[in-house]
Amino acid sequence: MEGTLNVLGYGLATLGPGIGLGILIGKAVESMARQPEAAGMVRTTMFIGIAVVEALALLAFVLAFAL
Amino acid sequence: MTRVIAAAEWGGEFDGALDPIIDLFRFPPLWEIELLGVDLSINRTILIAWVMTLLAGLLMFMAFRQPKIVPGKLQAFGETIVDFVRQIILDIIGPKGLKFLPLLTTMFIFIFFMNVAKITPFMMMPPTSRMAWPLFLALISWLVYVGVGMKEQGAFTYFKDMVVIPGVPKAILPFLGLIELVSNLILRPFTLAVRLFANMVAGHILVVITLVTIHVFLPSPTGFPVGIFGLIASPVVFAFELFIIGLQAYIFVMLTAVYIDSSMEPAH
Repeated sequence: MEGTLNVLGYGLATLGPGIGLGILIGKAVESMARQPEAAGMVRTTMFIGIAVVEALALLAFVLAFAL
Repeated sequence: MTRVIAAAEWGGEFDGALDPIIDLFRFPPLWEIELLGVDLSINRTILIAWVMTLLAGLLMFMAFRQPKIVPGKLQAFGETIVDFVRQIILDIIGPKGLKFLPLLTTMFIFIFFMNVAKITPFMMMPPTSRMAWPLFLALISWLVYVGVGMKEQGAFTYFKDMVVIPGVPKAILPFLGLIELVSNLILRPFTLAVRLFANMVAGHILVVITLVTIHVFLPSPTGFPVGIFGLIASPVVFAFELFIIGLQAYIFVMLTAVYIDSSMEPAH
């Protein structure tokens, strides 16, 4: 077996953001279904949240190659 | 690119074909140019960037050359894009942010066209997957939101409010101030650049692997079911990439608007 632990590290690092995105988008869909007239606002806020949560996974992706 | 195709044509010897992976992104210079000790060689990436910039400029110029009250097809297309960005600004900053409409529209179109080179035939390589492009775009965004903050609130108040956040208990102020300072000035532009860069790198690798799979397995007598699977999967992959391309351009512009908004309002 050859390779680096970086790949494994990247896989582990996606777990947190994965769970986070699941909760975030699920809650957003829930609130959109409850209050369809607020869908636009919820969607914008959801994308901002996604961008922040996703940053962790992306940092891991870059560091897996860089380190 | 060459090593991957070469490995493919030897019958799919993948050992080391994708290693180092940077070979997919680094191209040899076509013309060697050196100016004052700085390497300004022209390679494939910069040629793609020029062609895409020219294309975007030409499209927008044709769309708004003779604006009419009843728009033609091309003008309607251009107006849709401008209206889309205008709606983002109105949602996030409000009417006073409309002076940033030209900047953000240009940013959106530029990023979209740079990214779309990823799935354009004969190019198949997004210039934004080299770190220089996203980093430079993030630098523009950084300069704009720091500049706006210094102009709207005054330079001293802007930086003071960033470190000494009003309305925060004294005990946690040192930690929170430090986190806020690092997050505002370093982490924001860095994540902005890395988000675009990492998405483009991952997408480019995905497209290459899909196409190489077809190239290797379809002509082989035993592995052709895999090739057929690749053939069916490739339009799905391309559609997914198109979605990512649009989403990344949207998110970049939207986050820039959010940052501008946060430095326009005094801290609360």
